[in-house]
Amino acid sequence: MASDVQSLSATAAAEAIADGGLARGELFEHYRRRAAADKLNAFTWVADVEPAQVDGALSGVPLAVKDLFCTEGIPSQAGSKILAGYCPPYTATAVANLEAAGAVVLGKTNQDEFAMGSSNENSAFGPVLNPWDHSRVPGGSSGGSAAAVAAGLAPWALGTDTGGSIRQPAALCGIVGLKPTYGAVSRYGMIAFASSLDSAGPLTRDVADAALCYRHLVGRDGNDATSVVFPEPIETPTSERLDGITIAVPTALVEGEGIEPGVRQSFEASLETARSLGATIIDCEIPSARYALSAYYVIAPAEASSNLARFDGVRYGLRVEESNLDAMYTETRHDGFGAEVKRRILIGTYALSSGYYDAYYGRAQRVRTLVARELAAIFERADFIVTPTSPTVAFGLGDRIADPLSMYLSDLFTIPMSLAGTPAISIPSGLSEGLPVGLQICGPAFSENRILGAAHALEQAIGFDGSVTWGGAS
Amino acid sequence: MIDRDELLHVARLARLALHEDELETTAAELSTILGHVAAIEGLDLEGVEPTAHIGDVSDSLRADHVRPSLARDVALAPAPAIRDDGFLVPSPQGE
Repeated sequence: MASDVQSLSATAAAEAIADGGLARGELFEHYRRRAAADKLNAFTWVADVEPAQVDGALSGVPLAVKDLFCTEGIPSQAGSKILAGYCPPYTATAVANLEAAGAVVLGKTNQDEFAMGSSNENSAFGPVLNPWDHSRVPGGSSGGSAAAVAAGLAPWALGTDTGGSIRQPAALCGIVGLKPTYGAVSRYGMIAFASSLDSAGPLTRDVADAALCYRHLVGRDGNDATSVVFPEPIETPTSERLDGITIAVPTALVEGEGIEPGVRQSFEASLETARSLGATIIDCEIPSARYALSAYYVIAPAEASSNLARFDGVRYGLRVEESNLDAMYTETRHDGFGAEVKRRILIGTYALSSGYYDAYYGRAQRVRTLVARELAAIFERADFIVTPTSPTVAFGLGDRIADPLSMYLSDLFTIPMSLAGTPAISIPSGLSEGLPVGLQICGPAFSENRILGAAHALEQAIGFDGSVTWGGAS
Repeated sequence: MIDRDELLHVARLARLALHEDELETTAAELSTILGHVAAIEGLDLEGVEPTAHIGDVSDSLRADHVRPSLARDVALAPAPAIRDDGFLVPSPQGE
């Protein structure tokens, strides 16, 4: 039975529980055992016993939750030493929404500290290993969530995406990751990185699971003033064809330097598949895309430098004992934050400081306008923009950690959509040198149903098999 | 691009201690990153309005109803140090 349980998608498991074919306790215990035996360092906390649950569409389906989400009474450390051992007094709305539908928290997953990173190596709790190759990174910042799902340690997981942190690890681990329209999912209880960009979304084994999870995630929340009512119900994707669909490809960007040949090959094969399903492929340009990366690395650190001011050793988390208040603040932050977080706080503070504000933050905000305009213009004549999710497959542990800029380039294709606040999904498009490649499908704001539909059609035609990582990884 | 004095000034603004042996590497790393983000200096942005936030955040006030908040002991529980009903911190003037 164990292998049968393992092979069930979250959707299938929820159905099996609903019709009595599978006991809730059996499903939870199956994953609890696997998560507890995690050898990838994907989890920072695993439940001892099955938590109480309510009846609903997701009854009994275990959920792995990125450590960036506050979960009441459960360690929520954001991958940071400064929050080591911190158990919040309340639960994030995104998690609470899934719990209200019957999902149960299986564990908390490892991540880059405060979601700053693209390899999961910036975690105070150690790096996560990629289930496809243990010498490689799983991507980041939702690396633990992606690795846990890919290795079959959890049926699905919750992650967050600020510049690519759901899509890129999903791509590098061979699973599905959905970054929602900004505001569609409440940020309440998500430990803030860059508030104008942060989005919570699902990492799942397939597109149908992403839709099921997303259906229960969306909604206006009185505790998040930027959250919005999603204009339509999230449907179960069933499309098999792409007839009448126009797909735009930013060719110059995709053919730029730094794209691995294997990634490009897989991408081109995906375009061929899309054509065979009836889609029309057109060329497009995002002229500001290369500036988008620069703008992002001003805006996100600027917002982070403000958000992370709260970690001061007073109300929660680490305190370094000093004889005066100022030294307590500065030494607590020195010891509590890791290298990348400090870099971003300093960059953000610099960009916002007197004399530099207009040159950096002001200009970056204008670039943001350009990017949003350019994407909007493309969506006037195309349904979707597609790119590879990441320019490369999973890279080796340690390969980029000494060079922050090379790490930042991992997000080249994902950042424009983050700046524009538009939704995008990553689905596996195949393998290059035995490692998964991701295909990113982006649409205008609130086009999630259409994105999920197109992703489903491509997923069925591509026929990617991620189950090979379920056996050896745990 | 960013020198020692400027770095110390920014670190001071960020209330982040930097120790002597960290200054050189940090300044070099920040200079590299700032050199990259300076690419946006070359872009013609005349007449382009800044975007601070995507979406419409106006009219987002909730009704002004009193509702329960965290109990004091719950809010104080994760604090490194408390005294009576408050957070305890060292004196700004030192001992």
